Amino acid sequence: MDNNMPLIALMGNPNTGKTAIFNLLTGMNQKVSNYPGITVEQRRGNAQLKENCAVQIMDMPGTYSLTPESLDEKIVAQQTLKWLNGIDRPAAIISVVDAGNLSRNLYLTSQVMDLGIPVIIALNMMDRVMQKNQNIDGIKLQKMLGVQAVVPMSAREKWGIEELQTELLNVIKLENSEISSHLQIKIPKEIEKIINPISEFLNDKNNHGNYITNVQALRIITRKSALELYSECENLNGAEIKSLTLLRDNVAIEIDELGMNHRILEATLRFDMLDWALKDQNLIIQNEIKQISRSERVDKILTHKWVGPLIFIALLYGIFQSIFTWATIPMQYIDSGVGYLGNYCVQIFSPGILRDLLVEGIISGVGAILIFLPQILILMFFMTILEDTGYMARVAFMMDKLMNKIGLHGKSVLPLMSGYACAIPGIMATRTIDSWKERLITIIVLPLISCSARLPVYTLMIGAFIPNKPILGFLNLQGLTMVLMYFLGTVTAMVIAAIISRFIKEKGKSSFVMEMPPYRMPLAVSLFRQVYTRGKLFVINAGKIIMAISIVLWFLASFPKPESDEVTFSIQNSYAGKIGHAIEPLIAPLGFDWKIGVGLITSFAAREVMVSTLATLYNVEDEGDDFVGITEALKNEVNPLTGLPRYTPLVALSIMVFYVYAAQCMATFAIVKNETNSWKWPLIMIVYMTGLAYIGSLLVYQGGQFLGFV
Amino acid sequence: MSIKQLHHLLPGESAKIISFHTDLTLQSRLVEMGILPGVEIRLMKKGPFKGPIEIKVRGYEVALRYKDAMHINVS
Repeated sequence: MDNNMPLIALMGNPNTGKTAIFNLLTGMNQKVSNYPGITVEQRRGNAQLKENCAVQIMDMPGTYSLTPESLDEKIVAQQTLKWLNGIDRPAAIISVVDAGNLSRNLYLTSQVMDLGIPVIIALNMMDRVMQKNQNIDGIKLQKMLGVQAVVPMSAREKWGIEELQTELLNVIKLENSEISSHLQIKIPKEIEKIINPISEFLNDKNNHGNYITNVQALRIITRKSALELYSECENLNGAEIKSLTLLRDNVAIEIDELGMNHRILEATLRFDMLDWALKDQNLIIQNEIKQISRSERVDKILTHKWVGPLIFIALLYGIFQSIFTWATIPMQYIDSGVGYLGNYCVQIFSPGILRDLLVEGIISGVGAILIFLPQILILMFFMTILEDTGYMARVAFMMDKLMNKIGLHGKSVLPLMSGYACAIPGIMATRTIDSWKERLITIIVLPLISCSARLPVYTLMIGAFIPNKPILGFLNLQGLTMVLMYFLGTVTAMVIAAIISRFIKEKGKSSFVMEMPPYRMPLAVSLFRQVYTRGKLFVINAGKIIMAISIVLWFLASFPKPESDEVTFSIQNSYAGKIGHAIEPLIAPLGFDWKIGVGLITSFAAREVMVSTLATLYNVEDEGDDFVGITEALKNEVNPLTGLPRYTPLVALSIMVFYVYAAQCMATFAIVKNETNSWKWPLIMIVYMTGLAYIGSLLVYQGGQFLGFV
Repeated sequence: MSIKQLHHLLPGESAKIISFHTDLTLQSRLVEMGILPGVEIRLMKKGPFKGPIEIKVRGYEVALRYKDAMHINVS
C-alpha cells in the first residue's frame, strides 16, 4: 500500500458500527454484526475522498477505554502509545459514537482527544435517536468538546457518510493544523502534586506536554496493566520498571489516604467533566434509565428464567434439523448435475489418461464436495441471523452461570457457536474473553464442536446408511442422527472443559460484564453478503485444496500401472492401496477398511476431503467408463472375505464418531499456535482429540458388534 | 434511603450507586463503562439460579454476575 497516503483511524466503543462505517468508506466487505467486540484485530483499507484524495482507513477493535484489559483492548491501547511517540501516527481519528448512548461513548472519545490528533466524531445510529423523537445538536456537541467536527449519521441507513468524507478532507487539507483547545479534565491541585513524581519520570522519558503527561500518570495509577503496557512500549529496562512501579505504589497509597480510590480516579474525573458539560449544554436525555426499550420488552420472553433456555434449545434443534431437510432438494440437483457433467465428459473425450484424470480425479473429487454447499449456506444463514439480531449476547447472558461452572465464560458461547461453522473464526473470537484461563479452555475444546467441514462426512454416511424413517411422528431418524452427532461433539466439549479447568492455573480473576445490544432487524443485504462470502470461501477451498488433493490422489490410486497387459489393474496394488493397507491393521478394530484409511490421511488437509477421497477412489476402481455416484458405491461395496456389504450402519456410525472427535484440520492448529504463542497447546489438543476419536470409534464398533448389531 | 447491595434490588427498582468492593480489575472495567458512584441505575432482571443480573445504566443495558453485584452498594 502507498505509504504517503494519509492514515485515518476508526475508534469507538464495541458495537457502535465502526466496521459498518469502515465498509462504507472503503467499499470493502468486512464482517459486521450486532455483538460487542466482533472486530478483534485491526484492518486497513483504502478510501477515495473527493478532489482525488485517497486515504488509508484503519479499523480498530472496539474498546471502552485506553486502559488495556482483554487482548483486543490491548491492541488499541498499544497503538495509541505508538502514535504519541510519532510512530504510524494518523492524520485524523474518526471517533465513532453511538448517539443513543452518548455519555458513556464520549469517555473513550475524550481519552482519544487527549492524543493531540484531530478528531472527527461520527455520531452514528442517529436513526434510532430520531425514532424516539429526540435529537442531538451536533454543533453544540462539537463546541463543547472542541473536536474538528461532529457528523450525525446512520451507517445502517447509509446517510451522513458523504458529510463524513467532506469533513475528513477538510481535516487532511489543514496541514499541521493547530488542534483547537479541547475539553480537558481538571486535575485538582492536590492530586497533581501527589502524582508529580510519576509525571516527572514520564517527562524524562518523553515529553509530550504537561497535560498529556499528567493524564498518562493517572492511567498508570489506575491499573497494573497500564503500567506494564507503558513499560513495554517505551522499552523500559528492569531498573526503570522497578522504580516506576515503586513510584506508582506510593502514589496510589497517598491518593487512597486522601479518601479517594486510585483505581477509579481517571474515570471519576473524566466522567465528572463529561456529565457536567453535557448537563450544562442540555445534551443529556432525561430519565433515560427509566425508559423501557423495545428490547427490554422482547427480553421479558427471550431471556425469561425458564422459557428463555427452552427457546434457545428449540432454536438450535430447529437449525440443525433444517440443515438436513431443507438442503435435500438443492443437493439432489447438484448431485445429478455433477453426474451429468461426468458422463458428458466421458462421451466427448476419447479414452485415456487425461479423461480419467478429469472424470475420476477432478470431477468426482470436487463434485463430491460441492454437493454440501446448500447445507453450509443454510447453517451460515441461521448463525448470521442469531448474531445480527443481538440474540447471541442474550445467549451469553443466559449461559454464563452454566458456562462458569465448567470453567468457561458467558462470552465463550459465541466462539463455540461460531465453531459450528468453522473453528478458525471461533478461535479468533475468543479474544473478547478477558480471562486467560477461560479463553484458553474455550480454544482447547472448540475444535470438538462439529464444524461445517464435518457436515459432508455426516451427510454422506447418514444418507447412505441411516434409513429415512419417521420417529414419534414429527422427527426423522436421519435428522435425529445428525443432531446427535452435533450433540455428541458439544457435550464432549463441555465435559473436557470441566475436566481441564481443574488443571489450568488462573491468571487473574474472571468476571462477566457484557453490554446487551438492542435487538435489531438484520439487514437483508448484509445477511446475504455474509452467506455469500462464506459460500464463496467454501467453493474456492473446494477448488484449490480439494482439487489438488483429488489430482494427487487420483495419481496415487491409478499408478503404478501393471507392467504387462495381461494382468488387470487393481487399485489394491496402487500407491494409495499400499498406503491404505499399511495402516489397515491399526484401524480395522474400528471397522474401517483401507479406503477409509486413505481418507483419514487426506483429511489432515481438511475434513471434507474424506468425501472427495472416497469419490476418487471408487471412480478409479470402477472398471466401466461411466461416472460412479459415491452413495451407491458405498452401498454396493462388498467385503471380499464375508461376501456381505462392507459398510453397515454400525461402520457408518463408527466413522461419524471418529470425525466428531478427530484432530484433522491443520489450519485450526496453526491458528491455535498463533493465538496461544506456543506449540504446547496445539500438541495437547492433537493428542487428546486423536485419543478420543480412536477410543470413541472403538467403543461404538466393538460395543455394537458385541450387542449383536452388524 | 438505606444502603443495600445491588443484588437485593427487585426487578424494576432504581437506585444510586454508592461504592463498590468488587474485584479490582472489575472495578476499573465498571467505571470505564460509566458505572461509578453517584450514577443511577435500574435493575432490569435477574437470571435463574443466581445467574447474571441485567441493569440499565446511562443509555444502555449491561449484564453482571450475581457474585459481583453482591459487592456493589446502592441506595
